[in-house]
Amino acid sequence: MKQLTRFAADYVGYVLKGGTKFYAWMGSLAVLMIGMMYVFYLQNTEGLIVTGMTSQIHDGLYFANLVFLVGVAAGAVTIVFPAYVYHHEGMHKVAVLGEMLAITAVIMVMMFVFAHMGRPDRLWHMIPPWGIYSFSSMLGWDVLVLNGYLFLNLVCGFYYLWVKYTGGQVNKKWFMPLVYIAIVWALSIHTVTAFLISTMPARPMWFHSMMPIRFISTAFAAGPALIILIFMIVRNNTKFWVDDSAIKLLATIVTWCLGIALFLTMSEVVVELYARTEHANGLYYLMFGLHGLTNLVPWFWSAVVLMVGAFILFLMPRFRNDMKLLPIPCVMAFAGIWIEKGMGLIVPGFIPTPIGEVTEYYPSFVEWLLTLGIWAFGFFILTILLKGAIGILQGEIKYGAAK
Amino acid sequence: MTPNETPQACPAQEQPAGCPVPPASADPAACAPKTSRRDFLKAGGTLSLSSLMGAGALMAQSDDAHAAAEWAEHFQKNYRLMTDKEKDEARLRLEKRYSAEYGKKVTVDTTGPQPGVLMGYALNIRKCIGCRRCVHACVEENNQSRGKRPGEKIEWIQVLRMERGEFSKERMNQGYPEGLGIQVGGNAYTPAGQVLEGQYHYNPETVPEKDANYMPIACMQCEKPPCVKVCPVRTTYREGDGVVVIDYNWCIGCRMCMGACPYWARRFNVANPVLPKEEMNPVTHYLGNRPRMRGVVEKCHWCLQRSRHGRYPACVEVCPVGARKFGNLLDPNSEVSLVLARKNVFRLKAELNTFPKFFYFYD
Repeated sequence: MKQLTRFAADYVGYVLKGGTKFYAWMGSLAVLMIGMMYVFYLQNTEGLIVTGMTSQIHDGLYFANLVFLVGVAAGAVTIVFPAYVYHHEGMHKVAVLGEMLAITAVIMVMMFVFAHMGRPDRLWHMIPPWGIYSFSSMLGWDVLVLNGYLFLNLVCGFYYLWVKYTGGQVNKKWFMPLVYIAIVWALSIHTVTAFLISTMPARPMWFHSMMPIRFISTAFAAGPALIILIFMIVRNNTKFWVDDSAIKLLATIVTWCLGIALFLTMSEVVVELYARTEHANGLYYLMFGLHGLTNLVPWFWSAVVLMVGAFILFLMPRFRNDMKLLPIPCVMAFAGIWIEKGMGLIVPGFIPTPIGEVTEYYPSFVEWLLTLGIWAFGFFILTILLKGAIGILQGEIKYGAAK
Repeated sequence: MTPNETPQACPAQEQPAGCPVPPASADPAACAPKTSRRDFLKAGGTLSLSSLMGAGALMAQSDDAHAAAEWAEHFQKNYRLMTDKEKDEARLRLEKRYSAEYGKKVTVDTTGPQPGVLMGYALNIRKCIGCRRCVHACVEENNQSRGKRPGEKIEWIQVLRMERGEFSKERMNQGYPEGLGIQVGGNAYTPAGQVLEGQYHYNPETVPEKDANYMPIACMQCEKPPCVKVCPVRTTYREGDGVVVIDYNWCIGCRMCMGACPYWARRFNVANPVLPKEEMNPVTHYLGNRPRMRGVVEKCHWCLQRSRHGRYPACVEVCPVGARKFGNLLDPNSEVSLVLARKNVFRLKAELNTFPKFFYFYD
């Protein structure tokens, strides 16, 4: 118990210490977070009328980010899997950082859930014994698997850090099974999120069985792309060194998952547009516009350019082997998937509506600010978690070392 | 029950304390308040979470009925899980709050489904003239939000105006090769008969318009409702008499049901509903037309406040051409049963296996 309080104190003490750069970074994030709180207050006094959502298009930027971030959370498994199943040396060293990213992403998802709901004050209605848990609802399952994933990553991540901190040995008897469960669980969170939208025949654009695999493949491209970027920042700004081997393996994973994602997108385009039934209207709206409304067309094509461009760059040895150039395709892949899977997937699902009405969705300033604020909050937590984890891995936080 | 029967009081075994019996008259103001305070006191004394919370709020020197009631509402259970006593408490709490808020005596009915009744609806699309009186009557009857800002104006019924297309002789020989040289006829991509997409915000001087057909839609009260399946808190459910209802106080506003509905029947309260005091209909049902709050979903419920007492829904009553038929599907002599037996009947989007109880027919 004493050890535990020491751990908490040392952790917090270490995380709070930092240079001007650190405080400037955290401070600017905090400013955005204050903005987020203000617009969240607006949403819950005025109602969602301050957003661009309507009864026609009732899922927007929040839901898009939610879906995307579930993918980022699942993407952390691209570190944990090679580390523990293939015993990849470089990955094993940084596996806990992946878990920290997963924790952050799941927390961000939950914040987007709060942002999305009409009555966030009633979310307890979903949680027994006070509320009702509905096994027939995919959203219910999503909440279940997301919380489970958060729990697994908190336990695995912080247990590992705790062991490093006390200088003991990992108890493999229960730690390894938990890691394996977490790996499978990562797949489940994104699969269920895909089911969330693909189980609605009312929305023909989403109603196909390709959705889960497309979600997984885009997740395993966007997730590791973000991880590579984070590793680059960690390498250049801390004393912690992430092996080239780990980054290169991640780059390979990004490349091929991105390739699969592009292939799936192409398949969908061919299947939908060959026959061009009314069920293809959503995709058609996304690609070319419908009834003169073309709001999402630039989004779609920029996503295509970004993803195809990133894929080609990843295939060029000059880019994938040069640690200075590698971030370029990573940023492109991340941004491309954020568009494709966010706005490019969620919004056209509502266009046209089931009765054929074509309307458009414009995210309002409130939505952008709240979204930005949640991302800022995510980076805020991620900075704390990564700093603490790196401090422990480096041996700078150690039991009895303080004083 | 058939809507033709004279309205009757709630059956004794189902009767909650002071169940107000709506009058036969369509004038809501004529409904006299019959709430009995004594019954409520009799029912009290038993501890329940909601009553405790309500008492807590009252003891906190808050004589504002609104605040106290809202505070207690936060902690009440899902309507379906409430005991009769809790339902009564919830009802009285709401009646008090609404009466204070709207400056008139508001009743909240909690009459449940009547045995032997399965409500059904049939609409004669050949008769509909597109006057949209049903839309307006529905808004007035059911206390929908009627603000000016987009999203504040909620209508449960849409009358889709569909243009009539035709094959044209001029285009007959104007086909052209499309794609890889496959010949497409000149009349491809032009509507023939009724087009599939319609618009519902039309405002002509006279109806019916030339070359237009009308297709009114609203909640289909499906036998297998996809909206109910996706609800994560089971706040929307199918009642015993076949109406899909929403407990507005339990809804978390996740909008999954809106995504799942193939008929776009559900509306979201993006803002605090705009409901002027003088326009508010004080005869309400708990699962029906009682005033809603910000952030919850609502939809047509076949005017439970009327239909559970043997009256027609407002849209049926107002329809000037008699296109709308409503009644008990289990009664072979009800209008709707007769329509099903004798007319050409179809369901909308039958391929989705939602099994609506809202039928379309033509003579």
